Amino acid sequence: MISIHKDYVQLAIAMFRTGIVGYGGGPSVIPLIRHDAVTRYTWLSDDEFGETLAIANALPGPIATKMAAYLGYKLRGVRGAILSVLAHILPSCLAMIILLSAVNYLSSSKVVAGMIAGVSPVIAVMLGIMAYEFAQKAYKGLGKYLSAVFILLALLLLQIIHIHPALVIVLFLGYGAVHYRIIAKQQQGGSN
Amino acid sequence: MDWLELIYGFFMANLLGYGGGPSSIPLMYQEIVPHYGWLTDEQFSNMLALGNALPGPIATKIAAYVGYDVYGWLGLIIALLATVLPSAVALIILLEIMQKYKQSPVVKGMTLLVQPVIAVMMAALTWTMVKGPTNSIGIWQTLFIAAIAFWAIKRLKLHPAFVILAAFAYGGLVLRYTV
Repeated sequence: MISIHKDYVQLAIAMFRTGIVGYGGGPSVIPLIRHDAVTRYTWLSDDEFGETLAIANALPGPIATKMAAYLGYKLRGVRGAILSVLAHILPSCLAMIILLSAVNYLSSSKVVAGMIAGVSPVIAVMLGIMAYEFAQKAYKGLGKYLSAVFILLALLLLQIIHIHPALVIVLFLGYGAVHYRIIAKQQQGGSN
Repeated sequence: MDWLELIYGFFMANLLGYGGGPSSIPLMYQEIVPHYGWLTDEQFSNMLALGNALPGPIATKIAAYVGYDVYGWLGLIIALLATVLPSAVALIILLEIMQKYKQSPVVKGMTLLVQPVIAVMMAALTWTMVKGPTNSIGIWQTLFIAAIAFWAIKRLKLHPAFVILAAFAYGGLVLRYTV
């Protein structure tokens, strides 16, 4: 008889569950993943989870899949990581393809055309709110003047000069790497 | 070579997105619509609508659908791998090697300085998404739906999924006579 290690079962259950209940993308399910990983299954301590999350946030790319991969790897190595990520993303990915294929198939229908037209302004509003929230993060971290300067600079480079977004991000990352050092130096100079 | 483009497009969009999947949306838009022309603005908007109505991580839902649309099941696997694998492997390696960089001011500064760029890209994408429905259902319907959606999400704190479902219902019942 083949026995499956309980870690695999727990990983699959936890990641499947957190993959189908969270709305608003990966960041919104992090508290749910924390609950399963720390409280329910005690794979790691709350502090360990916090530290892992901090490092995961320092890397680019989707956050929920990074955490799923790490937890799976920590418990059961590469196989655990693969299982964990698949359990987390496959249900919603498949639902997406089935639903969109159905919509495309029915796209000649007036009802579906009306539904699509009705939802477009909602999506625009949601994107607008997200734009505002990103600007708010910049404001909180950089302060009133610097955040205004950097937002205007990004606007100039992206929308007016039309520099490729990748290049703009690399430029901003480059300055970001020395940002806190410059601030610290300035404060030192000011206090002397 | 569609599959090479899928790898490059989704790898780049997620490599440059800091702060989880949602911050990669404008970067993915850049690759999916203007760069490779896999979808039109309208199709991208529909995909976001359904993606936001469904639960689960958003970046992988977008990658799965576009990959499938461009290159079938193989495309789905390729786009998902390009989205998930680099950052997942990087995290595992980083955690294996060291734990000391998490409070580094360098990393914190980089994460902070990406925010203004993402904010501007997201605002530009918002503008693109406003223009589409204005053409199909007119400015007044667009403003009407947008105002109610804003009020429901920000003031009533209603879950976005419900707002999307309500908009689907309104469109199916009322806008079918105008589109």
